[in-house]
Amino acid sequence: MDSDLEKVHSFTRRALVLGGIKGALMATLAARLGWLQMVEGQRLRTLAENNRVNVKLLTPVRGLILDRNGQALAQNEQNFRVQIVPEQTDDIQGSLETLSQIFPLRPSEIDAVMTRAKQQPGFVPIEIIDNLSWEQVAAIEVNMPDLPGISIDVGQRRFYPDGPATAHVIGYVGSVAKGDQTGDPVLALPGFRIGKTGLEKAFDAALRGDPGYSRIEVNVAGRMVRELERDEGVPGTDLTLTLDMNLQKRVQEIIAQEKSASAVVMDVHSGAIYAMASGPSFDSNLFTTGISQTMWDQLLNDEAHPLSNKAAGGQYPPGSTFKMVTALAGLESGVIKPSTRVYCPGHYDIGKHRFHCWKEGGHGTVDVTQALEQSCDVFFYSVSRDIGIDRIAAMGRRLGLGQSMDTMLPEERKGIMPDMKWKMKTYKKRWDAGETLNASIGQGYTLSTPLQLAVMTSRLVNGGKSVKPWMIARQGNQNTADMVRSWAHTGLKPEHLAIVKGGMDAVVNGEHGTAKIAKPKDKDWTIGGKTGTAQVKRITMAERNEGLTKQEDQPWKYRHHALFVGYAPADNPRYVTCVVVEHGGSGSGTAGPLARDILIAAQDLDPASKPIAAAQAAKEKKS
Amino acid sequence: MINLLKNDAPIMVGMDKGHRGLLGRFMTIPWSLALGVLVLACIGFAALYSAAGGHLDPWARQQIIRFIPGFIVMLGIAVMDLKWIYRLAYPFWFLCVGLLVFVEVAGVIGMGAQRWINLGFINLQPSDLAKVAVVLAMARYYHALPIEKIRQLRTLFVPILITIVPVGLIVVQPDLGTSVMILMIAAGMVFIAGAPWWLFAGGVGAAAAIIPTAFHFLHDYQKKRVLTFLNPESDPLGAGYHITQSKIAIGSGGFDGKGYLQGSQSHLNFLPEKHTDFIFTMIAEEWGFIGAAAILTLFCFIFWQGYRIALRARYSFSRLLALGLITNFAIYIVINIGMVTGLMPVVGEPLPLVSYGGTVMVTSLLAFGMIMCVAVNRNPNLPKG
Repeated sequence: MDSDLEKVHSFTRRALVLGGIKGALMATLAARLGWLQMVEGQRLRTLAENNRVNVKLLTPVRGLILDRNGQALAQNEQNFRVQIVPEQTDDIQGSLETLSQIFPLRPSEIDAVMTRAKQQPGFVPIEIIDNLSWEQVAAIEVNMPDLPGISIDVGQRRFYPDGPATAHVIGYVGSVAKGDQTGDPVLALPGFRIGKTGLEKAFDAALRGDPGYSRIEVNVAGRMVRELERDEGVPGTDLTLTLDMNLQKRVQEIIAQEKSASAVVMDVHSGAIYAMASGPSFDSNLFTTGISQTMWDQLLNDEAHPLSNKAAGGQYPPGSTFKMVTALAGLESGVIKPSTRVYCPGHYDIGKHRFHCWKEGGHGTVDVTQALEQSCDVFFYSVSRDIGIDRIAAMGRRLGLGQSMDTMLPEERKGIMPDMKWKMKTYKKRWDAGETLNASIGQGYTLSTPLQLAVMTSRLVNGGKSVKPWMIARQGNQNTADMVRSWAHTGLKPEHLAIVKGGMDAVVNGEHGTAKIAKPKDKDWTIGGKTGTAQVKRITMAERNEGLTKQEDQPWKYRHHALFVGYAPADNPRYVTCVVVEHGGSGSGTAGPLARDILIAAQDLDPASKPIAAAQAAKEKKS
Repeated sequence: MINLLKNDAPIMVGMDKGHRGLLGRFMTIPWSLALGVLVLACIGFAALYSAAGGHLDPWARQQIIRFIPGFIVMLGIAVMDLKWIYRLAYPFWFLCVGLLVFVEVAGVIGMGAQRWINLGFINLQPSDLAKVAVVLAMARYYHALPIEKIRQLRTLFVPILITIVPVGLIVVQPDLGTSVMILMIAAGMVFIAGAPWWLFAGGVGAAAAIIPTAFHFLHDYQKKRVLTFLNPESDPLGAGYHITQSKIAIGSGGFDGKGYLQGSQSHLNFLPEKHTDFIFTMIAEEWGFIGAAAILTLFCFIFWQGYRIALRARYSFSRLLALGLITNFAIYIVINIGMVTGLMPVVGEPLPLVSYGGTVMVTSLLAFGMIMCVAVNRNPNLPKG
């Protein structure tokens, strides 16, 4: 028994003080827990959730592009990749060396995999080889037991079954460049491709679809523990085109006979495009797998410009194919009567300036039909002065020149339909009288695309409907073809259109027609049209005096462009085409026969008689 | 109040001579305290089961296997004659100092920076035993001193020696956390023994002056811990990671918790050391504020039981021993929970009886055994103080 009472009392006091301190500390801890769990709870719960959950985007399946028959022009292919998961093997090097015996790998490739294996968590797969063939996949699958850690992963790759035949219209997809980033997270997905040119670019948003996502629970190392939620997303919308792949291929073959040419085939009544070809072409599949620098440089530096869509984006002086515009402008304004005759001595003079007709010695006396048939320049020179450039330009625009055709193709160009205001605005100069003469025969400032010239020709021969070209027949399940198209009338007088059409008929079928060569030998096929030869380089007086006027004597890039706009059948037109052969020499000699072959092919394959393939058929194709 | 606490309880009847049989002693064990210890340990088992993702292995089973004999030993100590503990107080201190020297020398010789001795069934950390040894030695020393002498400055010489020898050996291990804890326990012992008030006021002032200087002598990783404690978000993926993730885990538990086995922070390994130092975090995440507060209440209950025993004891040695050991226990708890809630630096101290680990469990049970022994030996055969 403790007898020292003071010691006991001291102890008791001190014990109570110590107990008080402990109590205060425990209260502090309780308060701290309350603060964290109740006041800060919501915020910290969010942080814990962010720790736990990762959202992984799932690449949507890109929409298909089909022709009118349901044939795929752009589709998705399985892309087999070999990958290695480092943590699944003790000997990465060994697995890679075994793989090397099946699929030769360079030592640098093995080193690259080894380096990455050291840098990233062991469960993240490392891609070794891309774009495997079936045989390679099979060979690797068979040897799987000897390849620990190695697996085959299936992704999607864009494939163009007829790459070279559709390269310009369909375009191609490529990796997302820095400039393409819009903040849309789907663009950051590894291996994601977006439309770079053509319809792939124009309809990228629709074709792309909406990405799905997978919410996964991850542990601290980022390894997936389980999937919490999955949304497959919405696959891209399929596009069905008005294009007929059989015709497209034929047209591509026909224009491929020339070094650089383009052609459009469209329906005169509906404006549906059946073929749009540009040559030389390239294989659009080169871009989906990654094109080599050499190949790219080669395509870029080729003087025939294989990468450009010349049918929609090539701008050429229309040359004599423009004469219908001048003729109609004259007829509609009353300057030209069906009886109007002009004497052509082979040239036309304004003051000191002499304008030559293409035919030395002249055509003699011609009326408007004969002027078109023989492409007499002097007739149009002479009437154009009274018509005036503004009325000619207005007619050109009425027929579709100098304006967008709204095909949505990114490569489409507007061309130029000049008038007085345009010149003042562009050059700050007044319009010269001589320029009207040049414009009347499609030279000078005027520039048109083959597509515009095809539209112009359609409007001339379809009875005056102001058609515009289109090529999307169905977008997903929406039938856009039905939205087409009761075209407004151009307001042109039928009798005037008949005169012009008669002239175009005579160009091919008349006794003196400039394109008699383009008349089909087979009587079953009949066509009409108009030749055009557009000067690229002025023939100087010196050259004319030296007799250097022969096109073959000129370097290729200085030769005339050869054009032909045509329609078929001659009596009741259904198909219209425009062919432009760059530096082809003469419209009648070069472009005419190509146009004839194209129009025969169009009638032969007759896409207009085939209904657009049903959406259901397209669906089956996909699966 | 003092009289009330000193007052005879029914339990004391017939125990004056201390001649009861073993069964009689067994009946006088403070079972409420034993029950508190048992409940706490069971909470630990459940938490370890959850930490292993709903499995007994690798922690819960092992912990139970260690606890059962430990609990029996505790009860065994409780029924011992207190005089043996009194007599063994100094030898135990020397033993601990010897073990500390041994791990230091063995470490130098080639076991690396080891702080423990492998005894086969547990890895014994002498630094944990040293805390108990300091309490025992202090209680033994102050037992015989009259209060007038305790209030003299020169009687501080032996307590300082008792403290400084193990602290010095532990500091060089290096284990700053344990060293500081021993200093705190020692200060607590000197305080309750009755040393002058001004000493402690002065001590706090001196500490405030010394700490900035001492900071320069810390190891880099220790400095980093302190700095990280002061601003954990400054380095969320580095040294501050543990504290930040622990706070997220506790906070995300909210009021009622995510549910047993449902702690995402713990089970997805965002929480480090969830079975040892951060076990309270996991409990707080899964059981929420309700569960965490319940455990704090249980701790308070155990403190109260310890205080009751200490204040009722009739001998200086008994009082100092019981209160010192319960204070040691309290320091562990405050440091551990303070650490996981971001109130204190990460010092790597476990939550006694709950965290996985052999030494702390053995030491804790040993300590509770001695506290109970104080209660059982109301009239020990000790020299007069």
